[in-house]
Amino acid sequence: MFERRLHFHLDWAMLIALMALCFIGLANIYSATGGPTGVYVTQIYGIVLGLVALAICLTIDYRTLADKSHFVYGGVILLLVYVLFLGVVRGGSRRWIDFGPLNLQPSEFAKAALALVLAKFFADGRRGGVSRSDLLIAGAITVVPLVLIARQPDLGTAVTLVPVLFATAFVAGMPMRIFGILALVGVLVAPVAWKFALQDYQKERISTFLDPSQDAKGAGYQQIQARITVGSGGVWGKGFQKGTQGQLRFLPVAHNDFIFSVQAEEHGFAGVLIALGLYLFVILRALEAAALAKDRLGSFLVLGVLASFTFQVVYNITMSAGLAPVKGLTLPLMSYGGSSMIATLAGFGLILNVRMRRFTN
Amino acid sequence: MSVAEDRRRIALRLHVLQWGAVGVFTALAMGFWFLQVVQHARYEEMAENNHQRTLALRAPRGVLFDRNGTVLVENRHSFTISIVREHSKNLEHTVALLSAVAHLDAQQVQQIVDRHRNEPSYRPIVVVEDATLAQVAAVTARRLDTELPDVVVEEVPARRYPAEAMAAHLFGYVGQANDAQVEAGATQGAIVGQQGLEKAYNDLLMGTDGAKRVVVNSVGREIRTLEEIAPREGRRVQLTIDTDLQKAAEDGFRLAGFNGAALILDPRDGEVLTYASLPSYDPNDFSVGIDRATWNSLNTDKLKPLQNRVLQGRYSPGSIFKIVVATAALEEGLVTPDHRITCNGGANFFGRFFKCHLKGGHGSMDMRHAIEKSCNVYFYTLGNMLGVDKIHKWAEKLGMVGKTGIDLPNEQESIVPSTEWKRKRTGEKWYAGETISVSIGQGQVTVTPASLAVMISTVANGGTRVTPHVLKAIDEGQGWKPVPAPAVADAVAFKPDTLAALREGLWMVVNASGTGGRARLPGYDVAGKTGTAQVISNQGRQAARGTDRDLRDHGFFVFFAPRDNPQIAGVIFAEHGEHGYLGAPIAKHVIDTYFAKKEGRPLPQLPLPAPPAGADEDPDSPPALPAVDVADARGAVSGTTSADGRVPETN
Repeated sequence: MFERRLHFHLDWAMLIALMALCFIGLANIYSATGGPTGVYVTQIYGIVLGLVALAICLTIDYRTLADKSHFVYGGVILLLVYVLFLGVVRGGSRRWIDFGPLNLQPSEFAKAALALVLAKFFADGRRGGVSRSDLLIAGAITVVPLVLIARQPDLGTAVTLVPVLFATAFVAGMPMRIFGILALVGVLVAPVAWKFALQDYQKERISTFLDPSQDAKGAGYQQIQARITVGSGGVWGKGFQKGTQGQLRFLPVAHNDFIFSVQAEEHGFAGVLIALGLYLFVILRALEAAALAKDRLGSFLVLGVLASFTFQVVYNITMSAGLAPVKGLTLPLMSYGGSSMIATLAGFGLILNVRMRRFTN
Repeated sequence: MSVAEDRRRIALRLHVLQWGAVGVFTALAMGFWFLQVVQHARYEEMAENNHQRTLALRAPRGVLFDRNGTVLVENRHSFTISIVREHSKNLEHTVALLSAVAHLDAQQVQQIVDRHRNEPSYRPIVVVEDATLAQVAAVTARRLDTELPDVVVEEVPARRYPAEAMAAHLFGYVGQANDAQVEAGATQGAIVGQQGLEKAYNDLLMGTDGAKRVVVNSVGREIRTLEEIAPREGRRVQLTIDTDLQKAAEDGFRLAGFNGAALILDPRDGEVLTYASLPSYDPNDFSVGIDRATWNSLNTDKLKPLQNRVLQGRYSPGSIFKIVVATAALEEGLVTPDHRITCNGGANFFGRFFKCHLKGGHGSMDMRHAIEKSCNVYFYTLGNMLGVDKIHKWAEKLGMVGKTGIDLPNEQESIVPSTEWKRKRTGEKWYAGETISVSIGQGQVTVTPASLAVMISTVANGGTRVTPHVLKAIDEGQGWKPVPAPAVADAVAFKPDTLAALREGLWMVVNASGTGGRARLPGYDVAGKTGTAQVISNQGRQAARGTDRDLRDHGFFVFFAPRDNPQIAGVIFAEHGEHGYLGAPIAKHVIDTYFAKKEGRPLPQLPLPAPPAGADEDPDSPPALPAVDVADARGAVSGTTSADGRVPETN
């Protein structure tokens, strides 16, 4: 279990960066919601619980966790099935399990669980390559939670599982040729998917993105407002709690999906660079942890966790500048959301775990 | 594959990911740099437009006072309800809901919105002008519920004009600036003067609009005020009008039961004491924009309530013109006041017989009595001696040619013919025979009531042609500053004989056995002259028979008082009044009011006392002119136009 000397190898720099991002997020939630409201307090609880989860994930050797990964995976699948039938409905989606004061969103935990089980799967495979059958099995492992989440419906979160598969497979040695084929298939399938798979509102979001002015009051509104919010921030920003777009509610769900826009408006390009820098630092530091990992399992685990995190960060920040279609995808560590916070910090617990145990046997 | 090789491969792929991450984040930073630094100004402006609204605070127009300080025109609060499409989430819904809560016809509201479709969406479309309090309350309540974020209620000042449409044509009315006015510098949608004083002194009366910049949130609710520039009210303006005299004149018309016009001046400086034109309209209907139905009915009304008869009506002055001929003959030195002419009921000129209105004739008389009796033969003779050009010259000196120069818009020019005038107009030469009918105010003499008021003022004051004006003083904010009277248009000092004879003759019209007896006011020496003007020629009358045109004659009464020191002078025009003397009681009531006020007596009240007896004849009805056939009339004799040549039935 936890050995005393291990904390020498704990990556304090990354932990501090993570905390800094949580703090920036918290400050922006405070600003966007107009003071110490319930939302703000809940976020603090989320961070505290997240740190507890991080500590737990850090304490148990990742190899032990990986050995039990099929239980974790199975548990999450059960929760997702449970949610699908008995979850709490909010905003048209069935995503939450009601625990009295706490609402749990199992889909957030599916990411870490998938990272764990895929890392274990590829680490157990033969060295130096990923066979097609490996890929098929890994694909199947991914698709089960993906479909369950997509059925809630929560396409945004479902899609974040895809990078987990590919990042892990990529590092595990999947031939580039297959990436090429998959990319080609993707391009060919896209129009078909457009026609049959996407809901009308999803199509609308995408077409509005391409031309926001075609629906300046509806779907395009959020995107236009996001750009105005970010652009009007300037170099130094309008100041804490002085942003007009966020404060006066021109920006929708400012404390949630568009938290980064608030940061950009109130703290300007300078604040954006600080936040981007922290995220990049965390990502590079995690990649370093993957490189330093004692074994393949550690590398793959780091990559799996990092993949959905990075995907979500990049997508959300792009969207918050009005440069990507609006999608209900939160910004990990900064957006309001207890489950997301706990799951994200738990995931980083795994990453820190791998780095910390790089010298242990 | 060896462990080492495998590790190398993992390391390599991780490197790729590292650089990929750095690349993606660099791209993100560049994206933000582009939005926040390069395009900052543009987005900052958009953010400002988002949350800041500039609301116009409309300045009240200047208050108008009469010469005694009584408020004539002031302002009241009015509310307009408008739709700002910029904030509309669902315009159809807004139109439907607004119509329902404000009890409007949804179709009409939609039409209004459609009419303004091409205007910028931030500009409010006014749906209800002068909304009732119930409407304002209903809409405000919905706004607080954020159901109607795109509907605004604005308080705007509106004009309040006196009751009973008093002096409506003097004040004129206001309305939204038309295209020409916008081009001339008025702001779109601004309320500017369109007629009357409101137009003439628009620059003085129109204040400076203020503005209020407010912060609004995404549903349009005002959060706080950033800046407020208070509107500056228009200048306070004092008029020369006397409310009591104005009321007296309008009461007089009301009692008499006919329409017409009155312009009453102080003959010493041209200050307008009374300015009336009837029938009238209610300028209050225009104060926040007139509705189509009212406007149409005003425009199609046969009685033409929008016509400002004082300045825009042109009529043949009839016997009143004899004053001009008398003045001309005396001042030109052709005759003295004692010059006697014998009237036998008519006289021959250029081979034609011109009738006097008194069949038996007036016998021999001097000029004073000729004025008193309004003898046509006397003035035919003088006119013939003078020639049309001298008549024209003196008509001009007295103020009956062209415009009076009053400080009100849209004045028509008065016409008294001359040889040059005829040559310019028709290219034909003047026939001396035409002068005969001109000399009794017929033929091509067509003048405005305003010019008659100036003429009688000039006669009253002894030759100074004053310019009528209504502006007395302006308050620029530091108290009343008198406005100097406009320069006199012309000044000839009449010979003492002339003045004495005119005053004597005109006094006799009222105080002896003339036609103006109904204006007699013992102790105040009222002087005056009546006139009757044909509406249509005898031939025209035949043609118009059976139509519903009103063909009754117009009556005029010009007057001044007191005879030797005139303080008040003017004209009463009785439209289709048939007799000039019917205007006299109105004049009398005004004069009586004037002196009662001056002496501190209680003001006289209508109904007026019964008129003195003996004034029922109408000696200045148009005389019977020689019957000429049409071809002849066009050619030589009297330049027959529509205005001459018939024997009125009443005579």
